[in-house]
Amino acid sequence: MNLLYSQDEESLRDSLRALLRSRAGSPDDGFDAQVWRLLAAELGVTGLIVPEKLGGAGASLREAALVMEELGRFLTPVPYLGCAVMAVTALRVAGDTTVLSRIADGSACAALAVPFAGPGGDVRVTGGTLTGRVASVADALAADVLLVPAGDELYEVAADGPGVTRTPVVSLDVTRPLVDLTLSAAPGRSIGPAQPALGAARTAGAALLASEQLGVAEWCLDSTVEYARTRIQFGRPIGSFQAIKHRLADVWVSVTQARAVARFAAGAVSGVELDGAEPRLAAALAQAHCGPVAVRAAEECVQLHGGIGFTWEHPAHLYLKRAKTTSVALGTAAAHRGELAGLLGLTPAGTP
Amino acid sequence: MTDVRELVRAFRASAPTDDPVAFLRARFDAGLAWVHYPAGLGGLGLPREQQAIVDEELAGTPSNDPRRIGIGLGMAAPTLLRHGTAAQKRRFLRPLWTGEELWCQLFSEPGAGSDLAGLATRAVRDGDGWRITGQKVWTSMAHRARWAILLARTDPDLPKHRGLTYFVCDMTAPGVDVRPLRQLTGEAEFNEVFLTDVFLPDDLRLGAVGEGWAVARTTLMNERVSIGGGALPRGGGLIGVLTALWTGRPDVRTAAAHDEMMRLWVAAEAARLTGVRARQQLAAGDPGPEGSAVKLAFAELAQRITGLELELRGADGLRHDDWTMRRGEAVDFEGRSPTYRWLRAKGTSIEGGTSEILRNIIAERVLGLPAEPRTDTTVPWRELPR
Repeated sequence: MNLLYSQDEESLRDSLRALLRSRAGSPDDGFDAQVWRLLAAELGVTGLIVPEKLGGAGASLREAALVMEELGRFLTPVPYLGCAVMAVTALRVAGDTTVLSRIADGSACAALAVPFAGPGGDVRVTGGTLTGRVASVADALAADVLLVPAGDELYEVAADGPGVTRTPVVSLDVTRPLVDLTLSAAPGRSIGPAQPALGAARTAGAALLASEQLGVAEWCLDSTVEYARTRIQFGRPIGSFQAIKHRLADVWVSVTQARAVARFAAGAVSGVELDGAEPRLAAALAQAHCGPVAVRAAEECVQLHGGIGFTWEHPAHLYLKRAKTTSVALGTAAAHRGELAGLLGLTPAGTP
Repeated sequence: MTDVRELVRAFRASAPTDDPVAFLRARFDAGLAWVHYPAGLGGLGLPREQQAIVDEELAGTPSNDPRRIGIGLGMAAPTLLRHGTAAQKRRFLRPLWTGEELWCQLFSEPGAGSDLAGLATRAVRDGDGWRITGQKVWTSMAHRARWAILLARTDPDLPKHRGLTYFVCDMTAPGVDVRPLRQLTGEAEFNEVFLTDVFLPDDLRLGAVGEGWAVARTTLMNERVSIGGGALPRGGGLIGVLTALWTGRPDVRTAAAHDEMMRLWVAAEAARLTGVRARQQLAAGDPGPEGSAVKLAFAELAQRITGLELELRGADGLRHDDWTMRRGEAVDFEGRSPTYRWLRAKGTSIEGGTSEILRNIIAERVLGLPAEPRTDTTVPWRELPR
């Protein structure tokens, strides 16, 4: 599998950077609707992996991974992971066409109504309507359509429809807001079986989250190197001290490895079947490796920036919060190591 | 554009088949040894990535052993190509590549390992040549080598980097004494080489007098590109030894060891993919600094994996296979006892540049951080503390 970036991916990266750099502002309010519209209208990235016949770009998850990298680097507060990666993947597996077309033309944003971390919610179907609660749903604040698993089915629910309440959560990562979702007799339309759609969305999400973590880690490394080059203490740049150099060299080594792993995961989930052993292994490997790399890079970023790194005014804390949140979100590294052990037949202690 | 595949097929149809050496010589002369080298020197001046096509087409034909010729191939050849005279290239490159003449590297000294430019081996003018006196160490293959690349001091009154000159050393010359250096595994992969008044004609000098450091940097850069080795399959190598133990011996399994093993599996797969990506970059003609990441990661992994294996085996793990001194020519990570693996892995963070020196190189050359202040770069070598 080719782990390098293609020419097309590099030019997509250039366009994204140009757009995101010009829009870099305060991400404190949690959702930048204007950037989201620009991403849809100017670059068409919201419909990147929607099939061409439904108005999308028909690209693979490899290109979507590149978008995740840049959104991670700029910490852009847009629901790309929840809508353009996970919801689109679920809708494709479920065989939906209408919501996908609306996502492709930028007129709708969708979110999976599942907790960002941990086990699923508790939603019942009664008389064709949905009732229940799902805590800590990512990317649902900006959504027009909620994809709600209930019973064995996946339902399409209008986010601003009757019986739907979204309560924002004060969450660790202020750049990716979470909401608690309450449904009371909300009308829903079944679009297919829930489990295959959710499984595929989770595999694609975990694999591509590694690229976001790579972007986060790269920003942390780059900004810390820049700081270490220019910050003078004891009469010389702190980056000339071996204690600092070796820590940054170690971060570079782990980021270099995360790049190979993230590219591998993106490639492995770019085929048609997401429920095979290889995509699941690649996604678990990606989260077991890249999550901790991003956390470590962000922790080193705060530490090596010294006092300024501990302030609200410096963006290091935003990357730290994003890194830690993503390392828990779609399963911790330990959980993914457990998944890998199962896939590899490396059984735990106490089993024959 | 030259169609390499056609060329190789034509060569294969007409190549001598009676003798492996004759075949390799003919392959060199056809420019199919390393296609990115110039015509007449084993190559055709083609892009490096076309070598993969050549190797694919010539699979199953007689081949040189890349481990035996590793130093010549990875270090001497690129240095000769860049800094050698036309006569030197013609003399040395073909038997180097065919494996008829093996090479070793006379760089490190007991008093100058990581601080290579501080070396003390002297080269003094003597008529139309040089007299070399000094001691080198950690020289693998010296007991087999016909030639060596040699860094020696020609002017002790200059600062240390400026008084060096690069030579090709004739390992059969009088005064060259090779002695095995026994290491903590009990075997002797390496040698000490004592050079006593060894005469080298001036046409064995590589590059100008006093330019040895610049020539050596070519060698060292190529050393780091070549480190990292070939592609292992997923779960192969040392991690495969560990997981096979886990699978075959339910009695050694503990919950803590399971988590550590899975951490190591993830780290090994990440390192493996980094190596795959580095080779893809090299093949695309864009060699990056990723080789340093692979080397650092492998060194740490080898030590952690072999340490865990030894612990899992308990008392059995403490039984060593053999302390008799052998003259190993290659690291035998998978063929010997766990104690050997664990001990030999201690060398992985020292050989080919220590992990500490590699981190400095990454910090300064890749990340662009400022160098540490130094007091030894302007002082004449003779006045430096040693």
